[in-house]
Amino acid sequence: MAWTKQVLRVNLTAGTCVAEPLNMDWAKDYLGQRGLATKYLVNEIDPKVDPLADGNKLIFVTGPLTGTMAATGGRYSVVTKGPLTNAIACSNSGGFFGAELKFAGWDMVIFEGTSPKPVYLLINDGTAELVDAAHLWGKTVWETEEVIKKQHQDPQIRVASIGRAGENKVLFAGIVNDLHRAAGRSGVGAVMGSKNLKAVAVRGTLTSAYQIANPEAFFTAVDAGKKVLAGNGVTGVGLPTYGTQVLMNVINELGALPTRNHKDTQFESANSIGGEAMHEKRETDGKANLVTNGACFGCTIACGRISRMDPGHFSVKDKPQYHGASGGLEYEAAWALGAANGVKDLEALTYANFLCNEDGYDPISFGATVGAAMELYELGILTEAEVGLKLTWGSAEALVTLAEWTAKGEGFGVAIGQGSKRLCAKYGRPELSMSVKGQEFPAYDGRALQGMGLAYATSNRGACHLRGYMVSPEVLGIPVKMEPQATEGKPAMLKAFQDLTAVVDSSGLCLFTTFAWGLQDIQPQIQAACEGDWSDDRLLLIGERIWNMEREFNLAAGITGKDDTLPPRLLNEPANSGPQKGAVARLDIMMPEYYQVRGWSADGVPTDATRTRLGL
Amino acid sequence: MQKSLHLDPNKCTGCLQCEMACAWENHRSFTIAKSRIKVFTFHEPGRFVPYTCTQCDEAWCMMACPTDAIRLDPVTGAKVVLEPSCVGCKVCTIACPFGTINYVSDTGKVQKCDLCVGASGPACEKACPTGAITYVDADWTGLDKMRQWAGKTDTNPATV
Amino acid sequence: MRHLIVGSGPAGVVAAETLRKADPAAEITILCGEGEAPYSRMAIPYLLKGDIPEAGTHLRKEPGHYDRLRIVLVKAQAQSVDTAARTVALSSGSSLPYDRLLIATGSRPSLEKIPGIDLPGVHACWTLADARAILEKAKPGARVVQMGAGFVGCIIMEGLLSRGVDLTILVRSGYMVRRMMNPTASGLLRSWCEAKGVKILTHTQPKGLTSVDGVLQVDLGEGRILPADFYLSAVGVDPNLGFLAGSGIEIRQGIVVDPNQQSSVPGVYAAGDVAESVDCLTGQRGVNAIQPNAVEQGRIAALNMAGRPAAFKGSLVFNVLTTLGLVSSSFGLWEGVPGGESTEVVDPSHWRYLNLQFDGERLVGANSVGFTNHVGALRGLIEGRVKLGVWKARLMQDPTQVMQAYLGAAQKLG
Repeated sequence: MAWTKQVLRVNLTAGTCVAEPLNMDWAKDYLGQRGLATKYLVNEIDPKVDPLADGNKLIFVTGPLTGTMAATGGRYSVVTKGPLTNAIACSNSGGFFGAELKFAGWDMVIFEGTSPKPVYLLINDGTAELVDAAHLWGKTVWETEEVIKKQHQDPQIRVASIGRAGENKVLFAGIVNDLHRAAGRSGVGAVMGSKNLKAVAVRGTLTSAYQIANPEAFFTAVDAGKKVLAGNGVTGVGLPTYGTQVLMNVINELGALPTRNHKDTQFESANSIGGEAMHEKRETDGKANLVTNGACFGCTIACGRISRMDPGHFSVKDKPQYHGASGGLEYEAAWALGAANGVKDLEALTYANFLCNEDGYDPISFGATVGAAMELYELGILTEAEVGLKLTWGSAEALVTLAEWTAKGEGFGVAIGQGSKRLCAKYGRPELSMSVKGQEFPAYDGRALQGMGLAYATSNRGACHLRGYMVSPEVLGIPVKMEPQATEGKPAMLKAFQDLTAVVDSSGLCLFTTFAWGLQDIQPQIQAACEGDWSDDRLLLIGERIWNMEREFNLAAGITGKDDTLPPRLLNEPANSGPQKGAVARLDIMMPEYYQVRGWSADGVPTDATRTRLGL
Repeated sequence: MQKSLHLDPNKCTGCLQCEMACAWENHRSFTIAKSRIKVFTFHEPGRFVPYTCTQCDEAWCMMACPTDAIRLDPVTGAKVVLEPSCVGCKVCTIACPFGTINYVSDTGKVQKCDLCVGASGPACEKACPTGAITYVDADWTGLDKMRQWAGKTDTNPATV
Repeated sequence: MRHLIVGSGPAGVVAAETLRKADPAAEITILCGEGEAPYSRMAIPYLLKGDIPEAGTHLRKEPGHYDRLRIVLVKAQAQSVDTAARTVALSSGSSLPYDRLLIATGSRPSLEKIPGIDLPGVHACWTLADARAILEKAKPGARVVQMGAGFVGCIIMEGLLSRGVDLTILVRSGYMVRRMMNPTASGLLRSWCEAKGVKILTHTQPKGLTSVDGVLQVDLGEGRILPADFYLSAVGVDPNLGFLAGSGIEIRQGIVVDPNQQSSVPGVYAAGDVAESVDCLTGQRGVNAIQPNAVEQGRIAALNMAGRPAAFKGSLVFNVLTTLGLVSSSFGLWEGVPGGESTEVVDPSHWRYLNLQFDGERLVGANSVGFTNHVGALRGLIEGRVKLGVWKARLMQDPTQVMQAYLGAAQKLG
C-alpha cells in the first residue's frame, strides 16, 4: 500500500509526539493529502475557531504517490483554517520535503495546541522530538534551514519553516521548504507562527515504510505518463524552457493580464517581466536572469526557475547574500510583483521574490496588496507621510522597500502584511481589494476569462487559480477550446476541473501534470500504487466529495453563498483594452447554473440528496 | 567494450529520478537515502551535480577491503560489493577519496555503484529524463573528462 | 626470481598478488607465522559479534586462490634473517632462501607490565587464537575487565556486549581513543558507551592481577579490587621486529624504508605496521599501522621487488572506528597545526560531531562522530592537498559541506 498508514500527532502545548494509525476508511474515501487531511481537520476543529488561536490545527500531509517514481510525485500540502480567509486553507508545495516525510514513515503530521516557547519538530525516521528554537526565532527561512542542517550535521535533512513573516503573523505568510518551494497561500505560515512552531525538519531513510501494490503495473503506468509529459508542448518544452512564465506574454496578448490593481487588463511592459525576458542577457553584466531550470522531487517537467540577480542592481548592490542563484520568478509572482503594480523592472521583481522565499510570504497576496496600496496612494487616500514612501504606480523602489518591510514587520509593511481586504477596509475603500473571501486574485483577469471569474468566486480557499484552472480550456484549449467570453458550459466544465483538481491534490502529484495528463493518465498510476479499486468514477466521486466537504466547512465557518462573488470592479468596470475589451464578469449567468450542477440549493448549500450521494 | 556512466551537470535538473531508480534497483524502495548515485545541489551557482563511483583504476575501496568483499566485474569493469563477505568495517568508506562508497546502517554493509551488474544497463541512466546520465564507452569518461565538463558555461538551462 | 614474504596479513597478501601480476614467472612464498590461513584482524570484532564464521575473516575467500596464483603458503615463523646469505631461518628449524625479501610481520599486542599479566584468564584481543579464547569465555553475565579503550578496545566492545558480559573498561588517561580522537569526540564516545551500559573508569590502571579460586582480582590500588572472570589487555601494539636482531636492517620506530619500501639492506623491503615511512602531510617518519596503508605499501614494495619502479607517496593517518554501533573517524592532522584554523559542530544529544583542521587554504585533518555519508571525501581533500579556494570559508561556516567542497574544489564540478 502506498500509504505509510502512520500519523504523527504533535501536541505543542504538552510537548508530546505520538504515533497513531492512519484512518484507512477515510483514506479510501479521501485518498490522501488535501482530501484526507481536510477530513481530519474538519473532524477535529470547531469551524468557527479563530485561525490564529490555540484551537486551530495545522496538518502537513503527503499523498499515496508522494515519494514514488511517478513523475512529480513529491508533493505535500499544509491544511488548516486560514487566517487570511477564515476558510479552509490547503496550500500545496513541491521541493523535496514531502517525499522525505514519507521516507521517514509518515503520511501526515498533525500539530495541535500552542507551544509555550519557540520549537521545531525534528523527525528522524520513527523518532520525533520537539527541539528548542529560541536561537532560530527571528531568523529567516534560509538561515533556519542552514542552521538546522548544520546543527544536526546532515545536509540531507529537509526543512519546512517559517520566516519572520510567519512569526509576525503576516496573514499571507507561507511555509517554505527547500529554500524556495512554498506552501504559499492563505496564511498557513501565520498559523504555524501562532503555534510557536518554527520549522519541521525531516530525515527519512526507511526502506519499507510503504509499498507499491503492483510494481509492474506501476512502472508501466509511470513510464507511459512520463512519455506523455515529455511529448507535450507545454510540459515537454514550454514549462522547462520558460517555466510558468511561458504564460506572461500569452495572457497579456489575450487581454487577460490584470494590471495596476485590475484597473487595466493589459500591461504595456509585460514583455520585460516574462519568461523570454528572463533568458535575455542583461546589458549591465551580460548575464541572463535565468541560470537554469530546476526540478522538484521526481519531476520530469522541471519548470522551476533558478535565477541570479544583477549584482549591480540598486536593490542588492550592497547585499552580497543575494548575489547567488536562488528560486526565480514564476508567472504568478512575476505578475503580482510586476503587472499588478505596474513595475517592469525584472531585477526588482526577482529581489522581491527572493525576499518572499527568504522570509516566507506569498508573493501573490503581497504583490496584489501593494497594488491596492498604490491605488489608494494614487487616489490620495494614502499619503507619503503615512506610508513613508511614494507609492506611485510602477515604482520598483516602493516595491522592494515594502517587500523588505513586510519581511521584517517594519513600518507600513505591517499594514501590507494584513492583506488587501483589511488594508482597503481600514482606509474606507473595501471595494479596491482585488480579492475573494479575503484572498487576492492571481494572474488572470476574471472578466477576460469568464470561467476563471467563476472559479475565483467559487473557490473554497478564496481567489485562486489552483482550484479549477479554467485557463486550460479558455486559453490553451485543454481538454477542449472554450472561448474566453463564453459562459455556456463553463459551470459544468469548472465543476469537472474542481473535482479532478481535488483528486490530483490528494494524490501526491503536481497539478501541472494536467497540462498534459487527463484522468486516463493519472488513474492507472494511482490504481497500481494503491490496493483496491480506484476507478475513474470512484476518483471523481472522491474529488467531488472533497469539494463538498470543504464547502460545508466554510459554510459552518460562516461563509455563505453571498461570498461567492467578485469585487465590483470585475462585475461593473469593463475591461479597457485588448481582445476582451468591454467584458465584465457574468457571474449572474453562471452562478445559478454552477450551483445546479453542483447539486446545491439556490443559496449555495449542498442539498441532502447531494450529501447522501457523496456520503457526507 | 567496457562502458561507464557519463554524468553531465549541465543537463541535470535535480529531479532525483536517478536516485529513486537506484534505490529501487537495490532496495526495492524509493527512499533516496539508499541511492548509490547522489545529486548534489550547488545553490550559489545554481547547479545540480550527479555523482557516483567512477570505477577508478586505483580501486581504493577494493584494495582496502580486508575481507575480499569488493571484486572487479570482468565484464563491466565495475567494482562490486559482495554483501555476504562484507563485515561492515567501513575501511573502504574512508579509503575512497571520492566519497562514493558508503555504509548502510540497516544492512550493516557498505554499498557503491556497481553499474547495475547483472541488469541490462544502469537503472539511473534509464530513469534520467534529460540525458544527464548516459552509459557510454569507457574511454569517454574519467576524471579528466569530468574536469573538462566542469569548465563549461554555467548559464545553460538544462533543457533548452 | 624467488620472492619471500614474511607475514600473511593484508600487506603480505597484496604484495604476493601484485608480484604475481608483475612477474608471472616468479616464485612467491608467504610465511604464515600464526599458522592460520591469511586473515584480517579488522574482521575479528564481527567474529566476536557472531556476524561471521571464522572463514569470514579470511583475506581471500575464493577456494584455491593462492594455488591458482602459485603463491606458496608456509606455516612457520621467521626466527632470523641472514641478509648476507639471503636466507630466513624458520621456527621449524629449516631455512628459506630468497632473492627479494618483504617483511610484513605486522604488530603484536604490547601487554601492560604488571604482576599477574601472565595468569590464565588474561587475554589480548589481536589474533584469531585470542578471539577463540574470548568466545569460549564470554558467557552471559561473565565479568570482564578490559584495560584500554583505544581502537581495538573500542571496536571489540560490541562483540563482548552482544554476548551478555558485564563489561568494565579501565582507561589510563582521561580519554578514550586518545590517539585518534580529540577530547570532544572522545567524550561523545564515552557518553555513548555509558548510555549502553558499559562502566568506564578513567585515570585508572591496574597495579597487578591475582587469582582467587579461579577468579581474577584486578587491583586498582587504594584497596579497590575488581573481580573478573577474564581480563582483556588492549593497551596498544608494537611492531613484530624481534627476529630482525643482528640482520643489519636499520630499525628506528620500525624498519626504515625509502619511497620504494626498500630497507637499508638492498633487496629487503618492508610494508605495513613494521615499516617506518614518511607521513604525506608532515614529511616526518613514523609507523602508520592502518589497513589501507599496509595494502598500499605492500603493493608498492611488490612492484619494486618485481623490478618495476614505484614510489609510495607517503602515508596518511586515517581510521574509522565503530564503537557499539557509533561510527567515528579521524583523518590526518586532526589535532591541528600551529597557526592553523579549525571549525567544528557538535550535537551531543544525537552523538554527532565534525571537526575540521585547516592549514591555510588546505584541509589537513578531521575528526568525526556519527558522520558517515561521503566521509571518504575527507581523505580526497586532505591527501590531495586540495586548494579549497572559496570552499575554505564555506567549510569554516558549515563543516558538513565536505562532499560539496570536494566536488567543488577538487573536481571543479560545483
